Amino acid sequence: MKSFIEYIVSIFKGLWTLLIGMKVTGKYFFTPWKNVTQQYPENREKLVMFERFRGEVIMLHNENNEHSCNGCGICEINCPNGSIEIISKSILTADGKKKRIIDQHIYHLGMCTLCNLCVKACPSGALAMGQNFEHAVWDRSLLTKVLNQEGSTIAENVKEE
Amino acid sequence: MSEIKEIMFNSDRLATDEYLVNMGPQHPSTHGVLRMLVKLEGEKVLNIQPHIGYIHSGIEKMCEAISYPQIIHLTDRMDYLSAHMNNEAVALCVENALQVEVPERVKYIRTIMDELARLASHQLWWCVMGMDLGALTTFFYGLRDREMILDIFEETCGARLTVNYNLPGGVMFDIHPNFQKRVKDFITYFRKKLPEYDQLLTGNVIFRERTEGIGHLSLADAIAYGVTGPSGRASGFSNDLRKHQPYSAYPLVKFNEILDHRCDTLARYEVRMKEMHESLSIIEQLIDNIPEGDYAVKMKSVIKLPEGEFYQRVETARGEFGVYIVSDGKKNPYRVKFRSPGFSNLFALNNMAKGHKIADLVAIMSTLDLVIPDIDR
Repeated sequence: MKSFIEYIVSIFKGLWTLLIGMKVTGKYFFTPWKNVTQQYPENREKLVMFERFRGEVIMLHNENNEHSCNGCGICEINCPNGSIEIISKSILTADGKKKRIIDQHIYHLGMCTLCNLCVKACPSGALAMGQNFEHAVWDRSLLTKVLNQEGSTIAENVKEE
Repeated sequence: MSEIKEIMFNSDRLATDEYLVNMGPQHPSTHGVLRMLVKLEGEKVLNIQPHIGYIHSGIEKMCEAISYPQIIHLTDRMDYLSAHMNNEAVALCVENALQVEVPERVKYIRTIMDELARLASHQLWWCVMGMDLGALTTFFYGLRDREMILDIFEETCGARLTVNYNLPGGVMFDIHPNFQKRVKDFITYFRKKLPEYDQLLTGNVIFRERTEGIGHLSLADAIAYGVTGPSGRASGFSNDLRKHQPYSAYPLVKFNEILDHRCDTLARYEVRMKEMHESLSIIEQLIDNIPEGDYAVKMKSVIKLPEGEFYQRVETARGEFGVYIVSDGKKNPYRVKFRSPGFSNLFALNNMAKGHKIADLVAIMSTLDLVIPDIDR
């Protein structure tokens, strides 16, 4: 008889614990304004990422289309995955000296793990992390980017290599 | 009628066969690609043979070709839920080898980040534990609160999971001006939400029936298999490295090592739930007292360790994580070995699940809190 009563009591105790759980879920069911879901593709215009968010590596250009990369290659050495390639060319300066400057700063986004080591290592502060995170493309070759813009030149105050 | 009776009660014709079933590599309860060869008799588990290596990424071998600061970003990708602790282990190992003393501020920041990562990891574990046992609601509630921690990480470290925040000699950035306010907001918010976790799952009768007395792992077995972390502490194995071998700012804070002697699945669950409270109190003790100073010491641009062997272990959310570096004096390590907690914890599964039903196997595996890249590396 005693075990029978315990059995009945355990049934009601079990039901009570279920009700306690349903109290929590019910509270949120009737307060839907408390939900935290972001409607992502719709809120694209208003979506602001944090300033330190690492989406891709970019090269900073000023309004005169000048960057501060002197092509020293420290970012290339510091990159753990080989996602940066520096191609430099030599030109003749006005006073007849040979000088090596950057031709193309090639960045393979597909290989990049966004570890921030290149940005931290850059001695002239030419690189930065961009906030764009929508990198989906139709062709893999589009993930290889040239970071220095077309026709850009090196800014005047940058220390030479 | 008599013939049926004979078949049912005294015939060999009903004798069941043992059979082998593959659980995984695409099973939702394995949280990744883990295959287990399960030997069954009916529904009863007789033997489990885990087969690992489906996402082996060769991280240890890759480390031999890259420099020490570059190793750190690979450790993010092993146990991605305790990325901060993994980073810290390598950073501490290199600092100890070079005998570099980091500023107090770095120690405080590292400890706070470790505990936040531990909280985020335990929250995710709680979500999936409920989901494995059939309660999908817990998944949404846990992820909702974890989002706040990930936002804190994103604001200060720049990434949510693969943070790469620690460096040899300090941290990557100084903490964000909003950091302290956000962490305090989170603590007050989460202290209110933790009782909800208990109401939803801990007290639930179905949950208790499925976890109480299931998956017994005795203290002797826990030590023999090297089961560390909350899973080992639930068997009474006192192994919290934050207490026994304190690093960073852990000597400065007061907290309890949670031990449980019931050894079952429910004990492992409750140890983790109590650890969340401890983590909150650790962060509370440190967050207001972060000393001023540099966030990193200046290291040489090429870090070379002296010749020799170096070992550093830290307590991650899953247990003891060790980094063993053999250096030959060059800028790349000669050999790197990681002691990952998931690997040792997984192989105690056979001992725990033997004799239980296959549905209990899911519950037992869930309390081990396995992260498969951590096992395969």
